[in-house]
Amino acid sequence: MSLLSEFTKGFLKENPILVLLIGMCPTLAVSSSAFNGLGMGLAATFVLVCSNVVISLLKNLIPDKVRIPAFIVIIASFVTIVDLSMQAFTPELAESLGVFIPLIVVNCIILARAEAFASKNGVGGSFLDGLGMGIGFAIALTILGGIREIIGDGKFFGIPLFGENPTTVLIFILPPGAFVALGLMIAFVNKFLKKAA
Amino acid sequence: MPKKLESTFGNMVIVLSAIGVVSAFALGFTYAKTRPEIEAAAKKKQEKIIREVLDGISFDNDPLGEKYTVSGFDGIEIYPAKQGGQIVGAAVKSFSPRGYAGNVWIMVGFKSDDTINRTAVVEHKETPGLGTKMATPWRDQYNGKNPGTNNLKVKQDGGEVDAITAATISSRAFSEAVQKAYDAFKKGGDHESAE
Repeated sequence: MSLLSEFTKGFLKENPILVLLIGMCPTLAVSSSAFNGLGMGLAATFVLVCSNVVISLLKNLIPDKVRIPAFIVIIASFVTIVDLSMQAFTPELAESLGVFIPLIVVNCIILARAEAFASKNGVGGSFLDGLGMGIGFAIALTILGGIREIIGDGKFFGIPLFGENPTTVLIFILPPGAFVALGLMIAFVNKFLKKAA
Repeated sequence: MPKKLESTFGNMVIVLSAIGVVSAFALGFTYAKTRPEIEAAAKKKQEKIIREVLDGISFDNDPLGEKYTVSGFDGIEIYPAKQGGQIVGAAVKSFSPRGYAGNVWIMVGFKSDDTINRTAVVEHKETPGLGTKMATPWRDQYNGKNPGTNNLKVKQDGGEVDAITAATISSRAFSEAVQKAYDAFKKGGDHESAE
C-alpha cells in the first residue's frame, strides 16, 4: 500500500467510527457538541500518532506475549502527558473536555491501531496511519457532534443558529440521540460507499 | 528485518520493567514541569470567579488569602471582602451533591446586608445543553435575593425560583448550594463576632 493511501484510508474507507465501528464509547459520550467532538478528536489524534510511532520503533523489542500490557503502559503515559499539558497550558479547553481526556486510554481505536498496524509496520507508515485515523476520528466526531448540537440545542460550535429560544429536539443531546444520529450517519456512509464500489 | 525478541520469562520481565521505568520518568518529569502552571491556572481561575461574584462591591483586601471555613460545612470556603478592615461582603464557594451527575460547585457573592450580589458556576458535570444552562443568565434571578427571607427553592418545591426547562434537578442542586452558602456564611459570621 502506498504511503498516501496509508494516510487517507482513515478518512472514509477505513474510518474508525463509521466503517470499522471501534471506539464507540467515547464517540457516543463526547459528541454532544461540535466543539467537544473536535477537541476529543484532536487530543486522540495526538496520542494516536505518538503511540503509533513509539510502538513501531519498539516493535522488535517487545516480546509477543506481553505486547498488550506494554502498549497500554505506553498509551497511558502519553494520555497523562497530554492531560497534564492541557491543564497547564490550555486550562479552558481542559475544563470543557474534563473527564474525556483520561478516557482516551481506554479508547480502543488507539490500541487497535497499535496492535493491527504499528506493531507490524515501519515508523513512517505508522505515523501516517495514526495521523489519518486520528483525523478520520476527529472528522466523524465533529460531524456527529454538529448534527446533535444543531438539532438538540439549536447551535453550531456554540453559535445560536435559530435565534434566542428555539424549539429543539432535546433527545438529540441526550444519550439516545447519539445512537440515533450515529446510526443514520453509518447508514448514509454505507449507502454512499456501496454506490462508489 | 531483525528478529523479534522471544517471549521468554526473562525477556518479558526486562522489557515490561524497562517500559515502566521509562514511562515513570517521563510522567514524573511532565508532572514536575506542569504542576506550577496547573496550580497558577487554578488560582487565577478562583480569583477571577471571586471578582466576578463580588462585582460592584469595592474592597481592598485579598479575599482568597483570608479564606476561612465553617465547622459543620465541609468543603465550603468563605472569602471575605474587606474595605479598610470592615467586612463589606463575601464570596462563598459552595456545592450540592445532588446534581444530575455528581457535585455542582458554585460561588455566591453576598453583600454586607446578606443579599446575593452575583452567582457563578465553578465546576459541574451536568448534561451539556440542559444542566449546563446553569451558567447562562438564568441564574440572574438569584441576584438581589436574601436567602434568609426569600424562599430560594425551585417552584416545583414551593419556592420562587424558575427551574431550567428539562433540568429541574440541576436547578434544584444550584438552589440548594446557594442556600448552603448562605447558611455557612451566616454561621461563620456569628462565630467570628463571638470571638
